[in-house]
Amino acid sequence: MIERAANPPLPAGDPTTPDSIPRERNQWWDVWDQFRTHKGAMAGLFFLLGITLFCLIGPLLWGVDPNTLDIRNKDLRPVVNALWGVEKVSWAHPFGTDNLGRDIMAQTMQGGRISLAVGWTAMILAIVIGTFVGVIAGYFPRLDGLLMRLTDLFLALPLLPLLLVMMLLFRDPLRAAFGPEQGIFILIVIGIGITSWMQTARIVRGDVLALKEREYVLAARSIGTPSRRIITRHLLPNVLSPIMVSATLGLATAIITESAISFLGLGFPPDYPTWGKLLADAVPRMVSFPERVIWPGLAISLTVLAVNYIGDGLRDALDPRIRGT
Amino acid sequence: MKLKTILMGAIATMGTAPMVFADAHEGERGRDGLVNIIYWQAPSIMNPFLSGGTKDVEAASLVLEPLMRFNETGEIVPWLVNEVPTVENGGVTEDLMQITYNITEGLTWSDGTPFTSADVKFTYDYCTAEGGGCAQATKFDGIDSVETPDDLTVVVNFSAATPYPYSAFNGAESPIIQAAQFADCLGPKAPECTDQNFMPIGTGPFVVTDFRTNDVIQLEANPNYRDPNKPAFATVTLKGGGDATAAGRAVMETGEFDYAWNLQLAPDVIASMEQGGMGVPVAGFGTLVERIMLNNTNPDPSLPDDERSVIRPHPFLSDPAVYNAMSMAIDRPLLVEVGYGQAGRVTCNWVPAPDLYASTSMTCDTQDIDGANAMLEEAGYVDTDGDGIRETPDGQPMQILYQSSTNAVRQDFQALIKDWWEQIGLGVELRNIDSSVFFGGDPGSPDTFQKFYADVEMYANNFPGTDPQAYLGNGKCDAAPTPDSQWQGENISRFCMEEYDALHDELSQTADLEERGRIARELNDMAVQNGMMIPLVDRGRLSAHANSLGGVVLNTWDSELWNAADWYRTGDNR
Repeated sequence: MIERAANPPLPAGDPTTPDSIPRERNQWWDVWDQFRTHKGAMAGLFFLLGITLFCLIGPLLWGVDPNTLDIRNKDLRPVVNALWGVEKVSWAHPFGTDNLGRDIMAQTMQGGRISLAVGWTAMILAIVIGTFVGVIAGYFPRLDGLLMRLTDLFLALPLLPLLLVMMLLFRDPLRAAFGPEQGIFILIVIGIGITSWMQTARIVRGDVLALKEREYVLAARSIGTPSRRIITRHLLPNVLSPIMVSATLGLATAIITESAISFLGLGFPPDYPTWGKLLADAVPRMVSFPERVIWPGLAISLTVLAVNYIGDGLRDALDPRIRGT
Repeated sequence: MKLKTILMGAIATMGTAPMVFADAHEGERGRDGLVNIIYWQAPSIMNPFLSGGTKDVEAASLVLEPLMRFNETGEIVPWLVNEVPTVENGGVTEDLMQITYNITEGLTWSDGTPFTSADVKFTYDYCTAEGGGCAQATKFDGIDSVETPDDLTVVVNFSAATPYPYSAFNGAESPIIQAAQFADCLGPKAPECTDQNFMPIGTGPFVVTDFRTNDVIQLEANPNYRDPNKPAFATVTLKGGGDATAAGRAVMETGEFDYAWNLQLAPDVIASMEQGGMGVPVAGFGTLVERIMLNNTNPDPSLPDDERSVIRPHPFLSDPAVYNAMSMAIDRPLLVEVGYGQAGRVTCNWVPAPDLYASTSMTCDTQDIDGANAMLEEAGYVDTDGDGIRETPDGQPMQILYQSSTNAVRQDFQALIKDWWEQIGLGVELRNIDSSVFFGGDPGSPDTFQKFYADVEMYANNFPGTDPQAYLGNGKCDAAPTPDSQWQGENISRFCMEEYDALHDELSQTADLEERGRIARELNDMAVQNGMMIPLVDRGRLSAHANSLGGVVLNTWDSELWNAADWYRTGDNR
């Protein structure tokens, strides 16, 4: 308790700092310093940046359309196979080609764009909903019961059957409004988003319940600060740490869920590669062409692992009690 | 010398051992225990009159039997009757208006009650009842009445001379159901009789003990089966679901299952599975044609439910220039090579076999993208707004939704064909739907092949038996699925042509075999040339059975499980 009193949790900027004292270092630098000491988190961060750049900038540099069929060059192996004398390789297709001659590197990049886009968007959606519900439920006792029962309700929803039903009901209207790819994208993102905000809401609510009884919040209230201000000024900055951690976990879950849906053949149109779909397409020829399973499989697992490590590092870095030890 | 003799002896013993086992398959009922069958499209009902899906028809064939079946050569053989009725033996009258079946004496249902002619008559009443939406109604076309002079005699009267009188009550798609069990399930009540539809009482070698929709069916040997020594297996587990790859592996590589149905897999995949050594693939060519059905109605999602895929015509697909160009753009030999290898051949026909009925008037084995483009230009389909997609003369973009079931080969075909069609200026959107849903026939789902909420769709279909009359009847106007028929009906493309209906009526009145062949070929050409479908590949049926499963005779003319009563365990576990 003494330690905490000496180190108040993130007073969000203090406008009354006298000019005579040298300007304090931004606290985010402390977070960054602590984050850097976590080796796994750093490796994860670099991997995530790397794979994101690979998927975003890669197609611009590589310039091969992932859906071009080149039936004469089908079933090419990755170039590394040349080392042990496999002859069906070509530098034009460093990762090889699939059974219809589509370039696997271009497909992996294109698939990564979709998978990462789905992951990020669904995660952001889930975090926004979860934080909103959590803060409201924690701060306004009258809404608490209602919102928490709603959370229970959503926790009880099974994702895959729900997505199937959503697919059935909303596919045609969304397709008419946004086109086949955008329509399915919106559907999947919303599906994942609205079924994964509950954990965030629960954590945030718990933290808000504890925080709003703290002295500085009481003080703020006693001088007549409106609720809106208290929430944005005092509560949100203090629940940032659990939110960011659940955001990283949410990103990983969203990528995995999208892969699972594509793997089951329910998601995007068949000519629209995602990592999950590449994996699903490769399974029948897994024995003869293991690389076709390995590339997307590795991309999915490493991205998820990297994100989890980043979450772990962030949790440590954002906790002032651990920082500096 | 001595060593050589021993070696020779050893080889000889090894050679004869399996034969000894193979021959020792006579014995009491149920001696071989359990047989595991996997259908990767899960059966959802055991009543073939309520589902057109092959998976359901074949699962039901373990329990329900027709009066006569087709054997592996396409020949009709008596099953529950004494002999095949013909004009020569007096079973069919000279004027071809009447056929008389003599039911074998002493047959019983699995509940022990006698199998009588009343059951046969009831089956007819059941399928032709008002509002029932019977999936096999075309089989009963032209029947005026069914009479039962005594318990073992069935007389079928036709309303017109019927030269091929065997469509009804014969083959896996038209089995006999028990009158006592289904008495309360006539007409609109048919789909509500869950117990009856899931656990029908039959005359076949097995009875259902547990039915889980779209999952597992447990069966046991029928205690009242007519041959006391059959079936050799006491229980059957028919597992549904999964995919063709897993099914093939389960039989040929891991040996978990004894029989896998319809392994539609790439040739190289089959070959690598066979190396697993637990089972072997078996192939047979029948009438199965992978085709692209062209929607003759308008599937626009903005139309109300009772008009979507019901009102004719399609905005542009009904124009000969369009579907001919689409057909010319396809490189069929490449499709065969990519998808089927030895188990496929190029076809331009809806009816590819038997030879008598197979038209030879069309060729389609060369791709002609330039010709297709020229044909579309000439017909006034040009790209007016420069987006790479042609527009119809009244300004609608030629955007096509191309759906199929989820299956590796079909998705490869979709990718290839999309590529070719884009080269002739069509916009193509692909969609794949889980097989159990696509072929499930559920009137509540928008994704079934019968509903056809797409512009074109690809699947394979065939006909049981050797006479295509009923199959060609699928092209008649009134066989189109509509909301009024609970979306049942076999005219999937909603093809409608007066001349076709008239010519089909002529076929159903012609007796001479040569003449029947000529008319059938003409009907085939008429349907294909007037925009019913684009035939792609004539597919052999490829299934796999475990080395230890004996008695399998792959039959492309009836259910694959037609002789399950004769299956046995060889004891050969290699």
